[in-house]
Amino acid sequence: MKKHLVSREDLQRRLFRSVVAGFVFITFALGTFLTIRYGPLDRKLPVALRKAQSFNEKVAAELANPERPAPCKEAPPKGTPPRVNGLIGLRDDVDGDTYRVIVDSGAKHFEMTIDEMMKLPRTEAVNDFKCVEGWTAVIQYAGVKFKDFMKIKGVGLREDGTPYPYVGLETPDKKYYVSLDSKSMMSDDTVIAWEMNGAELEVENGYPFRLIIPSKYGIKNLKRIGRIFFSDERPPDYWNKRGYDWFSGL
Amino acid sequence: MSAERSPEKIEIVEKYSRWVRYTHWLNVPFLFIMIWSGLLIYWANDEYVRMPQWLAQALFLDHRLAEGLGWHFAIMWFYTFNGVVYSFYLFISGEWREIVPLKRSFRDAIDVVKHDLKLTGELPPQPGKINGAQRFAYTGALVLGVFSVITGIAIYKPVQVQWLTEALGGYRAARLEHFIIMNLFCLFILAHLLQVFRAGWANLRGMIAGFDEVSGSSTSARESNAENARAAEAIKRGENL
Repeated sequence: MKKHLVSREDLQRRLFRSVVAGFVFITFALGTFLTIRYGPLDRKLPVALRKAQSFNEKVAAELANPERPAPCKEAPPKGTPPRVNGLIGLRDDVDGDTYRVIVDSGAKHFEMTIDEMMKLPRTEAVNDFKCVEGWTAVIQYAGVKFKDFMKIKGVGLREDGTPYPYVGLETPDKKYYVSLDSKSMMSDDTVIAWEMNGAELEVENGYPFRLIIPSKYGIKNLKRIGRIFFSDERPPDYWNKRGYDWFSGL
Repeated sequence: MSAERSPEKIEIVEKYSRWVRYTHWLNVPFLFIMIWSGLLIYWANDEYVRMPQWLAQALFLDHRLAEGLGWHFAIMWFYTFNGVVYSFYLFISGEWREIVPLKRSFRDAIDVVKHDLKLTGELPPQPGKINGAQRFAYTGALVLGVFSVITGIAIYKPVQVQWLTEALGGYRAARLEHFIIMNLFCLFILAHLLQVFRAGWANLRGMIAGFDEVSGSSTSARESNAENARAAEAIKRGENL
């Protein structure tokens, strides 16, 4: 340790400077926190925190591969009821005979019956389903890969052949809605599912069709798909409006 | 200028450098926000230690998951960057030698704890700026910091870094590990504050202004003790005592 001799005045001056710097720091830190915390909100979250989310999204765009498949797991016993965590958009009765999924892609507009959807090539996967709350559950699910759906139905591409950057989904009553980046939707384990844990979807788990996208939190895995649409603009997203991160990528 | 006129000269040692002091104080709000926002997140799924509703309400921790996530994933950059700067400084300056436990530190740490609990009267001789117990505590805090970031990344992007998440025992294990680290941090902070309070102003001044008076009764002043000085010399030569 360096030792040296100083006068008491110099020492006190040095101490005084440091203490003042300390108070300036405390004021600055507290001021910054309070300004952010009680400042203007953007979709229920302080603006600065929204900016951080955009930054994180850019970092993810640079470093992450949105099509990376989630790690495979061992399937839960057949018939295990999947956890039910929310019923927004599921209050109306469902009639399988008259149910239609509306699809909008540019000028294309059509409706699909349950049978038409289930005739698409079936795929199956077992993955960890992760809720933004922090719980997880291994689920088996079966349905059509979203990218197969796009290819076969000829949707998702603009007139010039480039993909729309955003996909929107909503329940038939439009009370729950999500929007996602098309890149994540092209992952092999992103599926329009009609089966979970070896059984047909229950109403509270999204009968007849729900989205399963294991690279996103559960909030993006919309239940009871009423409409699928493609967009150049980012469509509104239920939980994003309520303060959550739009990207929510895992 | 006033130094010549002043009749009284005081011998001081430079205890903590600017880098150590700045990163230390910056870490206070960063770590505080990480723990606070982490609790806002933990509230939504309190699976390890149940957080009773009355407690969550009393501490304003309930129904603020979105806010918790917002802060956690913003301040994580500052918290991590600050920790990296601190680690690099320790490494490049060689000051890590003042922090890591020495061979003798384990015995010293026990003696220090015994002394502080008033079980024995004698403090062991202290080679370097800090005592054996402090060496364990500060190195431990740095290790906690490193693992808080590693486990944090594993549960932040468990699909992208699935190799890391799996290496930590899977998503649920990594979340528990992250939680345990937070608890250990809280324990560290508690013990740290208690000890700083006990040690008094001369010690705290070292972290604020950087210096310590040699003639005073403060901790590092005991270096004037011949045995301590010998031990300190040995450390400078790089010997592991």
